[in-house]
Amino acid sequence: MIPPRVEYAAPDSVAEAVSVLAEAGEDAKVLAGGQSLLPVLRLRMAYPSVLVDLGRIDGLRGVRDEGASIVVGGMTRHSDVIDDPLVRRHAALLAAATATVADPQVRHRGTFGGALAHADPAGDLPAVAVALDAEMVAEGPGGRRTIPASEFFLDYLQTALDPGEILCEVRIPKLDDGWSAHYEKFSRTAQAWAVVGVAAAVRRSNGTIAEARVGLTNMSTTPVRARGVEAALTGKPADAATVAEAAMHAGEGANPPSDLGGQADYRSHLATVLTRRALSRAAHIG
Amino acid sequence: MVAVTMMVDGVACSDEVEPRLLLAHYLRDRLGRVGTPIGCDTTNCGACTVLLDGESVKSCSVLAVQAHGAAITTIQGLAGDGAWHPLQRAFHDNHGLQCGYCTPGMILAAVDLLRRNPDPTEEEIRIGLEGNLCRCTGYVNIVRSVRAAALEMRESATSGVGR
Ligand SMILES: Cc1cc2nc3c(=O)[nH]c(=O)nc-3n(C[C@H](O)[C@H](O)[C@H](O)COP(=O)(O)OP(=O)(O)OC[C@H]3O[C@@H](n4cnc5c(N)ncnc54)[C@H](O)[C@@H]3O)c2cc1C
Ligand code: FES
Ligand code: FES
Repeated sequence: MIPPRVEYAAPDSVAEAVSVLAEAGEDAKVLAGGQSLLPVLRLRMAYPSVLVDLGRIDGLRGVRDEGASIVVGGMTRHSDVIDDPLVRRHAALLAAATATVADPQVRHRGTFGGALAHADPAGDLPAVAVALDAEMVAEGPGGRRTIPASEFFLDYLQTALDPGEILCEVRIPKLDDGWSAHYEKFSRTAQAWAVVGVAAAVRRSNGTIAEARVGLTNMSTTPVRARGVEAALTGKPADAATVAEAAMHAGEGANPPSDLGGQADYRSHLATVLTRRALSRAAHIG
Repeated sequence: MVAVTMMVDGVACSDEVEPRLLLAHYLRDRLGRVGTPIGCDTTNCGACTVLLDGESVKSCSVLAVQAHGAAITTIQGLAGDGAWHPLQRAFHDNHGLQCGYCTPGMILAAVDLLRRNPDPTEEEIRIGLEGNLCRCTGYVNIVRSVRAAALEMRESATSGVGR
C-alpha cells in the first residue's frame, strides 16, 4: 500500500533535528533506515504528522575509539557495523549478532540506533546491548543524557527515550583480551526474526571461565540479562558439564511470549538448548 | 512537495514528489521504469530490489526523498552497450526463472552478492539471496545461474575481457 500523507524534514544537525521534533509535537516520527517504520506506514499502522529523516546528519554515522569503550553512531547501518574493524575487535558479539539480522538489503538501510529505538522483543540487538552493558546517549530539548541499557528497554516496542529525543550514539565497553563471543539464533525460515536468540560472551583464563555475559532475545517483552547463567559459570572449569549446568538457569527471570513462533514452555526449553550451544561456541568447548 | 534529484540507470532525473512516495513507485509510475516489480507490503519478498549507490536495497522500503542525490540502478540499466550482464545471460541459460516476477530483484541482489564475494559457495549464495523470495523455481536453478555468472565474471576479470 501507499503510506499515509506526511510532511518531511531532513535536518543536517542533531540540534536542528531536536528543534524540528520539538516544534512538530507528539505526532512527529524519527526516520532512520526506515526498515521497520516504512512497512508500518505501508500497512497504515501509524499516521505520523512529519518524518524527521536523520539520514543527512553525517555525525551520527560511524564508530570511534574512546579508550575503554567504542562508540557506535546511532545511524550506523547494520552492514557497516558488521564490517567495522573496531566493532570486530572490541565488540565481536555485536558483529556476530548483526550479521544474523534480516537480509543484505535490509542491512544496507537498517541502523543500529533504529533497531534499539524500535525495541522489538524479537530484535537481535537489544539483547546484545544488555549483555555488553551498553549505554545509550540521547539528545533532546533538555540536552544530552546517558541511559544504561538495563534501563532503556521498558516494554514491547517501548524505550526510555522521550518522544522528542534522538538516540545519537551507543557506548560499548570493550571486551578484549581473552574474550570470545557467539550469537545463537533459532528461526524457522531464512530472513526471519528469532523465535529465541542467545548472545554470549565468555572470558577464559587457565582452563576456567573467569567471566561471562549472557543476554536473551524474545524471552520477554524486553531483552533478558541471564544473571543466573553468568553466576553459574564464573570461576568454574571451562567444560561441557559447567556449560550444561549453567544453561539450565536460562529461563530464570524470563517471561516468554506465546505466539505463532512458539508457546512459552517451548521457548523456555529452547532457551536452555540455545544457551548451551552459544556458550559452547563462545568458550570453544566440544 | 519536495524536490529530488537522482541518477536512474545513468540518466539524471529531477522531480517534485510527495514525501510519502516510495522509490519503487517513483521508478514505476513517474519514470515509467516498470522493470522493478512490487510483490509485498512488508519488505520481505525482495522483488523490488535495486542498487542504491551500488548496494542492494528494497525500493519499496526507501522513500524517493531518501534517495535524493543517489545513483540508482534497476534491471533496465544493468545491460551495457546492448550486451546483457553476465547474470542476465546466466539466468537465461540456466532456466533461473519461470514466471520471472522475482527475477529483477534476484539479479540485482546477486550483483551485490558477487561484488562482496566473487566466488560464493552454494550455501553462501542461498544466504546471500535470503532477502529474495521465489514462488516458482525452488531456487535450484537460481543458485546454478549465480554460480555460472560468478565463474564467467571471474574468468573475464582475469583475462581482462568483457565486463
Ligand atoms: C524483512 C525484515 C526482516 C527483519 N529481520 C530482523 C531480524 O531478524 N532481527 C532484527 O533485529 N531486526 C530485523 N529487522 C528490523 C531491522 O533490524 C531494522 O533495521 C530495525 O528494526 C529498525 O532500524 P531502522 O534504522 O530501519 O529504523 P526505522 O525503521 O527508521 O525506525 C524504527 C523506529 O525507531 C525510531 N528511531 C529510529 N532511529 C532512531 C533514533 N536514532 N532515535 C530515536 N528514535 C529512532 C523510529 O522513529 C521508529 O519508531 C527486519 C526488518 C525487515 C524489514
Ligand atoms: S515489494 Fe516486497 S520487498 Fe519490496
Ligand atoms: S520465477 Fe516466478 S517467482 Fe521466481
